[in-house]
Amino acid sequence: MAGVNYMAASRVYAKGAPPAVDALDLDIKDGEFMVLVGPSGSGKTTALRMLAGLEPLDGGRIEIAGRDVSDVQPKDRDIAMVFQNYALYPSKTVAENMGFALKMQHVPKDERDRRVREAARILNLDESMLSRKPKQLSGGQRQRVAMGRAIVREPKVFLMDEPLSNLDAKLRVQTRSQIAELQRRLGITTVYVTHDQVEAMTMGHRVAVLSDGKLQQCASPRELYDNPVNQFVAGFIGSPAMNLQTAPLTDGGATLAGTVIPLAAPVRAAAARDQLSEIVLGIRPEHLHLAAEGRYPDTAGQDGAGLADLTGEVLLVEELGADALLHVRLAGGDPVVARAEGRKPPGPGTRVTFRVDPADVFAFHPVTGARLAG
Amino acid sequence: MTAVTAAEAPARTSRRARNRARELAGKTGWTVLGWVVGIAFFLPVLWMVITAFKPESAAETWPPKFTFSPTLAQFRVVFDGMGPYLEHSTIATIGSTILVLVLAVPAAYALAIRPVKHWRDGLFFFISTKMLPIVAAIGPLYVIALKAHLLDTIWVLIILYAAMNLPLAIWMIRSFMLEVPTEMLEAARLDGAGRIREIIEVIMPVVIPGVVSTALICVIFAWNELFLAINLTVTNAATMPMFLISSVPQEGLYIAHLSAAATVASVPVIIVGWIAQRSLVRGLSMGAIK
Repeated sequence: MAGVNYMAASRVYAKGAPPAVDALDLDIKDGEFMVLVGPSGSGKTTALRMLAGLEPLDGGRIEIAGRDVSDVQPKDRDIAMVFQNYALYPSKTVAENMGFALKMQHVPKDERDRRVREAARILNLDESMLSRKPKQLSGGQRQRVAMGRAIVREPKVFLMDEPLSNLDAKLRVQTRSQIAELQRRLGITTVYVTHDQVEAMTMGHRVAVLSDGKLQQCASPRELYDNPVNQFVAGFIGSPAMNLQTAPLTDGGATLAGTVIPLAAPVRAAAARDQLSEIVLGIRPEHLHLAAEGRYPDTAGQDGAGLADLTGEVLLVEELGADALLHVRLAGGDPVVARAEGRKPPGPGTRVTFRVDPADVFAFHPVTGARLAG
Repeated sequence: MTAVTAAEAPARTSRRARNRARELAGKTGWTVLGWVVGIAFFLPVLWMVITAFKPESAAETWPPKFTFSPTLAQFRVVFDGMGPYLEHSTIATIGSTILVLVLAVPAAYALAIRPVKHWRDGLFFFISTKMLPIVAAIGPLYVIALKAHLLDTIWVLIILYAAMNLPLAIWMIRSFMLEVPTEMLEAARLDGAGRIREIIEVIMPVVIPGVVSTALICVIFAWNELFLAINLTVTNAATMPMFLISSVPQEGLYIAHLSAAATVASVPVIIVGWIAQRSLVRGLSMGAIK
């Protein structure tokens, strides 16, 4: 039973500089797969290293399984870490690499061998591989050895720092699901750092989005996608990114590309309270429905607020196979990206009309970026 | 139209030919220069080796003789006399090099892996000791050695050779240690390796080629050292370079004899250098760049 608890944990690298991690509060439950995601410099890796004990805390504390580990040596925290570059010992064989931590704990040799073999079996590492040196292995095999080194320790918490970033795209997708599956099977609390929001969404039970050292939102992938708390999370989660456009407020809505998009009463109330003259509208590419094809989602017509039509001109088409991404300039001049069915996307130069369900439109505060409740 | 093309084609061909000729000339130039420099360095060594096989009478003629009946007479004399010198040189060289490594590895660790406070000052201090001309220090060194009853002992050479090579060794080993990936050291910390384990099991396997090349450089410098040896020792610790000097007699012919002695004295250094040439070049250039 080992949850992890960040309590106002902070890390400041240099006096006067903004904190790399700013009073992070994060409660990770036992057995949970928690992904820390954010752009580079967001503090996600620092947060992980603080948990590992590789970075000291400048404020707050961190608990593992209810025990304050803020001043505990890394080796005594009962954690295992998988590094981005694997950090295997080049002079040791695979088996020695995997068993090194156990050797340091004075675990007897046969017990060590047994656990190394067990970990190799779990990871589908061939027995013959155990006597090889890391440089004789492929990138994917090295990655598995690095995983094995963590598994062998049977720790309370796995820490993973972008463990897939050195693999090629295909292997990355494969390994992604293997790690998620393995974590589910072993049931060990895992904290996983990545800058790749697809990795975050597909692997995590919950995802913590960080930016500038601050926790923006921590929720399930679905919740992050459906209910981002601010403009940063909305723009970061989802691929391609959400279209964010500043739009002047009018009676009952906001004007985008000459069309009034109706806004829900609470949003209008919030905007009025802050005396806003404009707001930021967010529309996901998949919520811009091509009107020409006459294909509307069933939910669209049912909304009492009615549908909004946006017209524009296609600039560029990116074919992805199953679907296509349309880069469109709206009538007002704003560029947007829309997801269309891959079969017959309109070509560049075509004038198109999108139908938007106002229920799918997010509204954000133009200054603070906070979501205006809708 | 066709006329233009016809006129242009030979022009283009000749331009291309000219470019190729220039490229070839450039390549040849560098090759020739390389050989000239190489031969300029190698010729004296070859001369020394050839002279060592000459009888004394043929060694100092002008113009030099290239036909002579080779003899091992000079080598026989050299081998007869060099026993104690060889022994002293070997002990001083190996002893000082071991001492250097024992001190330089922890020092480099403290300057690279877990830098101590003021590590920059420390690093500069080590190299600054090489800036003082050794002649300026020989007086005090002599007095200290005298008071410590170390004059004309092998210990004074071991200590001084170690001191002489230590700065370079620290700089070189430090630059090799900087190449050890930080993540690997962190992995070792997480795995629970203490400081000794970290050095022996994690860092040393990575830096060992660098340490070896550093050791070989120390061996070469210690083996060739003359100034300290000649000022602080007489007979009980006299080294090979002193043997060379001693083979110059007050009068009479000695070039062939000196050449034979010099050849013998060079052999260990040449062997060491040859064994280590690859890592040596890497070690030297790394020390220079970083």
